Amino acid sequence: MPTTLAKKLWDSHVVRSTPEAPDLLYVDLHLVHEVTSPQAFEGLRLAGRKVRRPDLTVATMDHNVPTRGGVRAADELSRKQMEVLAENCRREGIPLHQIGSRRQGIVHVIGPELGLTQPGMLIVCGDSHTSTHGAFGALAFGIGTSEVEMVLATQCLPQNRLRDLAVNVEGELPLGVTAKDVVLGLIGRTGISEGQGHLVEYRGSTIRSLSMEGRMTVCNMSIEWGAKAGMVAPDDTTFTYLERRPHAPKGAEWDTALDYWRSLRTDDGAPFDQEISIDASHLEPHVTWGTNPGQVAPVTGRVPSPHSDTDERALRYMDLKPGTALADISIDRVFIGSCTNARLEDLRAAAQIVAGKHVHSSVRAMVVPGSTSVKRAAEEEGLDAIFKAAGFEWRNAGCSMCLGMNPDILAPGERCASTSNRNFEGRQGSGGRTHLMSPPMAAAAAITGHLVDVRELL
Amino acid sequence: MEAVSKVTGRMAPLDRADVDTDQIIPKQFLKRIERTGYGPFLFFDWRANGDFVLDRPEHKGASVLVTGENFGCGSSREHAPWAIKDAGYHAIISPTFADIFRANAYKTGILAVTLPDRQVRHLIDLATEDPTTEITVDLERQEVRGDGFAYRFEIDAFARDMLLGGLDEITLVERHAPEISTFEAQRPAWLPSAG
Ligand code: SF4
Repeated sequence: MPTTLAKKLWDSHVVRSTPEAPDLLYVDLHLVHEVTSPQAFEGLRLAGRKVRRPDLTVATMDHNVPTRGGVRAADELSRKQMEVLAENCRREGIPLHQIGSRRQGIVHVIGPELGLTQPGMLIVCGDSHTSTHGAFGALAFGIGTSEVEMVLATQCLPQNRLRDLAVNVEGELPLGVTAKDVVLGLIGRTGISEGQGHLVEYRGSTIRSLSMEGRMTVCNMSIEWGAKAGMVAPDDTTFTYLERRPHAPKGAEWDTALDYWRSLRTDDGAPFDQEISIDASHLEPHVTWGTNPGQVAPVTGRVPSPHSDTDERALRYMDLKPGTALADISIDRVFIGSCTNARLEDLRAAAQIVAGKHVHSSVRAMVVPGSTSVKRAAEEEGLDAIFKAAGFEWRNAGCSMCLGMNPDILAPGERCASTSNRNFEGRQGSGGRTHLMSPPMAAAAAITGHLVDVRELL
Repeated sequence: MEAVSKVTGRMAPLDRADVDTDQIIPKQFLKRIERTGYGPFLFFDWRANGDFVLDRPEHKGASVLVTGENFGCGSSREHAPWAIKDAGYHAIISPTFADIFRANAYKTGILAVTLPDRQVRHLIDLATEDPTTEITVDLERQEVRGDGFAYRFEIDAFARDMLLGGLDEITLVERHAPEISTFEAQRPAWLPSAG
């Protein structure tokens, strides 16, 4: 019977399946960070259990690391959390990329760049943006801390089957329109809960023509419309990205793996429970105006009239009036970073807009590379010089102002053009106001001092 | 985990949709390494703004949170249900929950129950008009009942058993150790190992 990619991935990880219990799935890679793991390790220790497969577990520090000044710049509780992670990893023999080390970075940036993220794998992490890894044709989703403990102890996870949803994106992206706009446009259409209970496969010519970075941006935001996971079938773009990465298969094993990876696609005629189609050829750059990612509009548009209590509350929080042109909204801060948009390609796209220009005098702007490796690579090609010359701050890798759990936060009332994934109230700092957009759009906003259609600067 | 079969008490009506976990427990409180002590920080920013519905005297001591659709969307932080439970709410009723939140709530021993919009609306109205109204969320009989009404709810059978039995899921999975080992032995050699 023709089968979807998601079903193939699921079925190949079933250890045990019975009608009366959820399927028991085997986890190929468990990513761990400092914030959602301490209680899991503690639970393990109290029960006298050990980590079953430390060799299939990788830890990093990202959420509360300061992006300048090193570990000393962290507050006491953050430092404690990092120390506890280091101690847990030492005790259990788990490899750790700690602050200051060569490969440290945001958990969803380092997995792919180290070649740990591969097609066909089942990947989990105590973090909702784990869906990012689906860009490689992996089944990847976020879990809670109790589930982290389960995976540490057993390398398995009981899960109920989910429904299949296809998002078909067709057409060539217009100039100035990016993967971020594809996914923001999608969420604007579906709302923020349509994906609940689904495994999503992104398909179609637009997706096929995206780089791995672009596919990661799209899959990353699957959770923002409620989906459990998002994925893209692997193809030559995927294989080229992976080849020669540190953890990618080598020699004869590469060939065997490749044969298998090529089978990881949805069979013709395989049924989906739901399908959504999007024409990307007329897509415009998008920005959010509200306090969830579904409250979004093309930058050429206006702040809409509220349709619900949620909209009204959002406008009040964002201090916006219906009918205001989005391009008339002034900003105070710019954040280029996060697991959504802080890979080398994202920084290149932003640098292209910034080159030879200067950040607007009323704006404070920063670039936070997604990983220490991204930072190094960007410096090698001189991107840091471009940003610094334009007046951007150039920081060390981490989650930074995506969630403001570290020294990088918005002050109350500050308005930020951000390449991250969540514009919830207070996400970037209590009282802070977030507008989500692509890296080129954020770069353009930094230059002009207000939200602006990046196509005017091209 | 402690077994839980029913929760009886007053309701706290949080009449909002799409309440995300950043609101339930803001990130500055995720730095603790314990599972407890989050209660005082529940809805921290909303409470700080004053006159937050959950803080009104008439809703103090409520044990059932009744709220709008898509509750618990956003971050996977299990600190969200920990905070809710710490603050004394042992059941949550909503038309829909975000997937990860619901799983986390069950692991925390919270009865996260879905009812149709119309019935949730009825409960919110009841709690608002007469805050002393008590209801019972009965997991065994799968119903939410009060004076003059009983609403049936559906729940995943396995989750129900886990909650009713107060079972440790890890122990259950460990019973399948032989099957796990067999599966493990057949994994392809090319799969990455971090060690
Ligand atoms: S960058 Fe933001 S969304 Fe990504 S893992 Fe860090 S905090 Fe989470």
